[in-house]
Amino acid sequence: MEVLVLVPTVLRADCGGAARLTVTPAPGADGRVVLRGVLDAVADRHPRFDRRVRDEQGRLRRYVNVFVGDDECRAVGGLDAPVPPGAEVRVLPSVAGG
Amino acid sequence: MAYLLVIGTRKGLFTATSDDRRTWEVGPPHRLDPQDFASYGAVYAVGVDPHTRRLLAGAESSHFGPSVFHSDDLGATWNEPEQAPIAFPEDVDSSFTRAWQFAFGPEPGTVYAGVEPTALFRSADGGESFELVRALWDHPHRADWWPGAGGAAIHTVLPGTVRAGHTDPAAMTVAMSTGGVYQTLDGGASWNPANRGISAGFLPDEAPEYGQCVHKVAVAADGRFYAQNHHGVYRSADPASGWTSIADGLPTDFGFAMVAHPHRPDTVYSFPVVSQEVHLPPDNRLQVHRTDDAGATWRPDHAGLPDGRYYGIVLRDGACTDGADVPGFYFGTRSGDVYATTDDSGEWTRVAAHLPDVLCVRAVEV
Repeated sequence: MEVLVLVPTVLRADCGGAARLTVTPAPGADGRVVLRGVLDAVADRHPRFDRRVRDEQGRLRRYVNVFVGDDECRAVGGLDAPVPPGAEVRVLPSVAGG
Repeated sequence: MAYLLVIGTRKGLFTATSDDRRTWEVGPPHRLDPQDFASYGAVYAVGVDPHTRRLLAGAESSHFGPSVFHSDDLGATWNEPEQAPIAFPEDVDSSFTRAWQFAFGPEPGTVYAGVEPTALFRSADGGESFELVRALWDHPHRADWWPGAGGAAIHTVLPGTVRAGHTDPAAMTVAMSTGGVYQTLDGGASWNPANRGISAGFLPDEAPEYGQCVHKVAVAADGRFYAQNHHGVYRSADPASGWTSIADGLPTDFGFAMVAHPHRPDTVYSFPVVSQEVHLPPDNRLQVHRTDDAGATWRPDHAGLPDGRYYGIVLRDGACTDGADVPGFYFGTRSGDVYATTDDSGEWTRVAAHLPDVLCVRAVEV
């Protein structure tokens, strides 16, 4: 199953300038694809992008939001959020920082 | 001879250059990354490799985390490795938060990074990749290394020395807040606390073996150590044997930064702060004090500094020397001013003004 990942402008230089990445994440033991698998698939190709989004222990950075469809992932299981066929994953910096 | 002053601030990295150390040209923030989220982030640690003149900058983005950037052309261009330069191993349930200190070993390419959370990393490739110094991470005292207000970090790394008159590539002294001073004689395989005589007024036992909140340690020309503590100023020729208070004569015993003269072993600069509760200069005036007798006496060294009210203090890495034959001394404040004295006159001149809060400075001949 292919998943489309939408990259915010500020992180495109960390994935070769791409605004959209298509990845084929490995499904889990139950056959489902979850957000962690999607990000792992991106990390294989773009490790610098990955560390903007997750720390070295694989935890989402506090001020980065990742949406699966319309849902911010923390509300639907975090990195275990299911990614159904056809869903888009969108990474966005949160309202924070400065 | 030209001089480079590297200034890490709360909002980016700046440099100033000078041919004579009297007139300085201060540039705009360096573009560390093409997207600029690190370019305008906090830079708590900078380093200049004495072997290669490579610049290192520990920068962080509030959104996208910390990283280490390097420049091989004195800041004209910057690079960031594809793989994270500093990262904790998978079996360590901690994540790299901030680089607080870079220090360079005697072998070219060897760089040490003191980081938050409290850890020491070592690089053998000039700072492009680092490995955790495991024995210090696994130290049985770790559970008692509490975070101070600035976080739990190793902020002082002094390779090659543990006492005056003794240099050894396998020796090293580090300091952490809290935790205090630790030393190794075997290349980092084992570490021992070296805090006897340093107070810890915030603990039930005010003279513990470890747990002190040492803010900065400087090494003098003769190898003696000078420490600015969380209340307390100390000197030691052999920290493993103990420290002696040299706070008498200073307006306060609290502060963060401490800089030793690179050639005169009895000369040290102190930058007093009111107290642990009030992080302001004493009397609301920019304060520098100097001893020329190893702390037996202190005198204010204010020539050229503002006469009026001033509220910016000097943070723990906000002061340095360029180490030149006639050494320059530099400090930056949380009010964004940078001052230098460079001709042995004791007169400070303002190098830069209105920068963001200055977190760290380093100066070198280039």
